[in-house]
Amino acid sequence: MKYKDYYEILGVKRDASADDIKNAYRRLARKYHPDVSKEKDAEEKFKEMAEAYETLKDTEKRAAYDQLGRHTQGEEFRPPPDWGQSFGQGAGSFEDIDLADLFAAFGGGGPSARRPDAPRRGHDYEAGVSLTFDQAFNGAEIALQMNGLEWDEQGNGRRVPRTITIRVPRGVTHGEKLRVPGKGGPGYRGGPAGDLYLDIEVADHPLFRIDGRDLYMDLPLAPWEAVLGTEVRVPTPAGEVSLKVPAGTRGGQRLRLGGRGLARGSGTPGNLYAVARIDVPATVDDAQRALYRKLAEGSTFNPRAHLQTENRS
Amino acid sequence: MSTIVEHALYIEEQGTVSYTELVTVAGMSEQDVRDLVRYGALEPIDESAPQWRFGAEAVMIVRRASGLRREFDLDTHALSIVLGYAERVDALEAELRSLRARRGR
Repeated sequence: MKYKDYYEILGVKRDASADDIKNAYRRLARKYHPDVSKEKDAEEKFKEMAEAYETLKDTEKRAAYDQLGRHTQGEEFRPPPDWGQSFGQGAGSFEDIDLADLFAAFGGGGPSARRPDAPRRGHDYEAGVSLTFDQAFNGAEIALQMNGLEWDEQGNGRRVPRTITIRVPRGVTHGEKLRVPGKGGPGYRGGPAGDLYLDIEVADHPLFRIDGRDLYMDLPLAPWEAVLGTEVRVPTPAGEVSLKVPAGTRGGQRLRLGGRGLARGSGTPGNLYAVARIDVPATVDDAQRALYRKLAEGSTFNPRAHLQTENRS
Repeated sequence: MSTIVEHALYIEEQGTVSYTELVTVAGMSEQDVRDLVRYGALEPIDESAPQWRFGAEAVMIVRRASGLRREFDLDTHALSIVLGYAERVDALEAELRSLRARRGR
């Protein structure tokens, strides 16, 4: 296991008071928290600081840490032979775990020196899951690789790699969290297992945009299609359908395709909205230009009537 | 050998959660969770009921509270204020996503 110098990470002396440690951490947390920091490697640094503070703020954990002796940052080391028993841990297999795992055993979800025989619920795990639009729309089975910390009855912790197959229900959206009951860390001494939480990301689709259960797409129309009305074939996530575009459709107007949005569980599916975008040809030939001129001369339509001074009061 | 498939659930599928379940999930003390109710960060379905129950979304609130406490070393009063701001950020982000979906990218 690699040694981490928690005091050095927080920039305090080894005999620093609890207040000094708290103040140092708070100052650094403000500077390096990934949500607010613009520093390089902020996330990595913040994780190290949080791990250091988690141990040093707790008198019992700090005493246990101090008894590991002084080593240089990153040096391979093993805790002293009787270290585990002194702090209520098992005989101590320290393979496959790191310093953070070791101290996670004090209180929280692992075996504790305070109440070593008490059943404890396993840790909750959290994992990010990236889905394509189609996976979110239809639901999907995904394989998730985990590297969870597990404890045996003697209190020895080790990292156990495992792959679990998860059925993600249809209709999930970006930023949503899902729960997989009982698939977090195993409970200790008869306690229940923790849960696994999935942070869902849904990749952008080139055509469809998600808003809750509704979907939006752009529907380009030629000016004459918008004026005269037409019927067009449009794609939906479940296949092409015909859409009637009423005469006089304006740019930005939403045409509803009922029930073609996301379905969630047994609930009513959302709608797909085709947003009319009036497009014009980049070039026209002489004959077409003549037709447009004729239309311009014969039309009384003024799209800027509401901008005229006499109408603005 | 057949693969065992675990089912991921929408958070709201959990229905309601008891106060005890919430304390367990939060990994916080009972007093901390009571404080979060006192400061308005958590709302029981019926605060006058002898046994508090909460909507499933409370699970995500206490999980966030627990993370914020760990990361920023906040007391419950500060936590409840930060949770309020975080909720506003969530709402604004959702509105932004919605506007982007409606107007096009």
